[in-house]
Amino acid sequence: MGDEALLVDLDEGVSPAAFGAAIQAAGWASVVEVVPAAATVLVRTAPGADLPALTRLVTEHAAHVQEHGAATEEELLDVPVIYDGEDLAEVAELTGLSVGDVVAVHTGQVWTVAFCGFAPGFGYLRGEDDRLHVPRRSTPRTRVPAGAVALAGEFTGVYPRPSPGGWQLLGRTDLPVWDLARQPPALLRPGVRVRFVDVLQTS
Amino acid sequence: MTGRTPALEVLTPGPLSTVQDLGRPGWAALGVGRSGAADRGALRLANRLVGNPEDAAAVETTLGGLGVLASVDLVVAVTGAAPPLRVGGRPRNTHAAVLVPAGERVELGTPATGLRSYLAVRGGLQVEPVLGSRSADLLSGLGPSPLRPGDRLPVGPPPAAPIPVVDVAAATAPTGDDVVVRAVAGPRADWFAATALGVLTTTRWRASGDSDRVGVRLEGGRLDRTRTDELPSEGMVPGALQVPPSGEPVLLLADAPSTGGYPVVAVLLAADVDRAAQLRPGQGLRIRLTEVS
Repeated sequence: MGDEALLVDLDEGVSPAAFGAAIQAAGWASVVEVVPAAATVLVRTAPGADLPALTRLVTEHAAHVQEHGAATEEELLDVPVIYDGEDLAEVAELTGLSVGDVVAVHTGQVWTVAFCGFAPGFGYLRGEDDRLHVPRRSTPRTRVPAGAVALAGEFTGVYPRPSPGGWQLLGRTDLPVWDLARQPPALLRPGVRVRFVDVLQTS
Repeated sequence: MTGRTPALEVLTPGPLSTVQDLGRPGWAALGVGRSGAADRGALRLANRLVGNPEDAAAVETTLGGLGVLASVDLVVAVTGAAPPLRVGGRPRNTHAAVLVPAGERVELGTPATGLRSYLAVRGGLQVEPVLGSRSADLLSGLGPSPLRPGDRLPVGPPPAAPIPVVDVAAATAPTGDDVVVRAVAGPRADWFAATALGVLTTTRWRASGDSDRVGVRLEGGRLDRTRTDELPSEGMVPGALQVPPSGEPVLLLADAPSTGGYPVVAVLLAADVDRAAQLRPGQGLRIRLTEVS
């Protein structure tokens, strides 16, 4: 990708978050930034890096990670949610589930942050099955509040701050997923596993 | 001793002025783009001219119009697009270190060519850093807000390095001619019709008025996609030529998002992104393909 980056396409079944972590851990001097995404990892280099040599290293590493697996994040984060989102009924209709089942399916599986994008601290979380796969809204909202818990495509996510957005809103959390006073500022980092908890159900 | 703390007070920000350094690399995995000066070479030069480390924070101003007041005697340099420069009402050279006596104004007019000018001050701007950088990222909202009249920008202590002995740096300010840049095809050139790379390299693209620090919209041609499925989000870099469904490419700049969902047909060589960041609305751009050596 240009002369200061490599875009690595990963085979299905290889987690970009885990692969990105492995590249980061390798500590190659020419690598300045590693950006996991949905099915790729972007490796940004310092000026003048030997991209063909780095490509060979990365390819060898990919084979290794594929063979031995990469270390997985142990962290399991509970995200408390009030399920009162404006799109609950629409999601129920799109999925053929009842509103209660939408919530039960959302809370009943472990989600893993695949990557971040769109805004600082916005994690794209993948679940364990496809029952909640829904399209984006045809017309995005001009303002989605911070803490909104939402669905789009195969992902769920939490809006870190108010912004425009096209995802289907399920509910809201008061957990600050992005806080510059915290180190690291993002809670939903690639590889972190998440369980959503229906606070009204459990209290 | 006047007892005043060194600072620049913003009198007029012009159309858009922001504080920029070389950005905040290392946070893209959390969804934070690099940001930083759109013309990194011009920022580095401005800093060198006043003896600062190259990554010190300075003001990036778009189409001139910036006016600031020095609270104490300061040394500044203006680089990038070369505006008429006045200090205390008197004309001064850009691309050179200039003394600004306490209480005097620094005024940047509108540059005849180019888009972005940099005003560095010896000691650097000491606004509060965010994630290790003082850059204003206008896409993600990190860092200081765009400058407004009355803003006070603290200036740090003079660095150990002296002011270099050059009268005027031998740097070329951007011209109004067509900008020619080199690019490497891919990573998603295979998402486009076989003719797309030909269109990319033979079209005289024009920078749209609908351009900002995130990207320059290019007009004048269409790159047709053959794959119409949705591209899963993937990492982006400044210099990437991202192609939305309209077929007109967007040349990503400093405030590019860390990931994006439109295919990238080609990526500018990193050394050529600075010149692209100086494209004025309506100015021509030619793209030549090259290989990575």
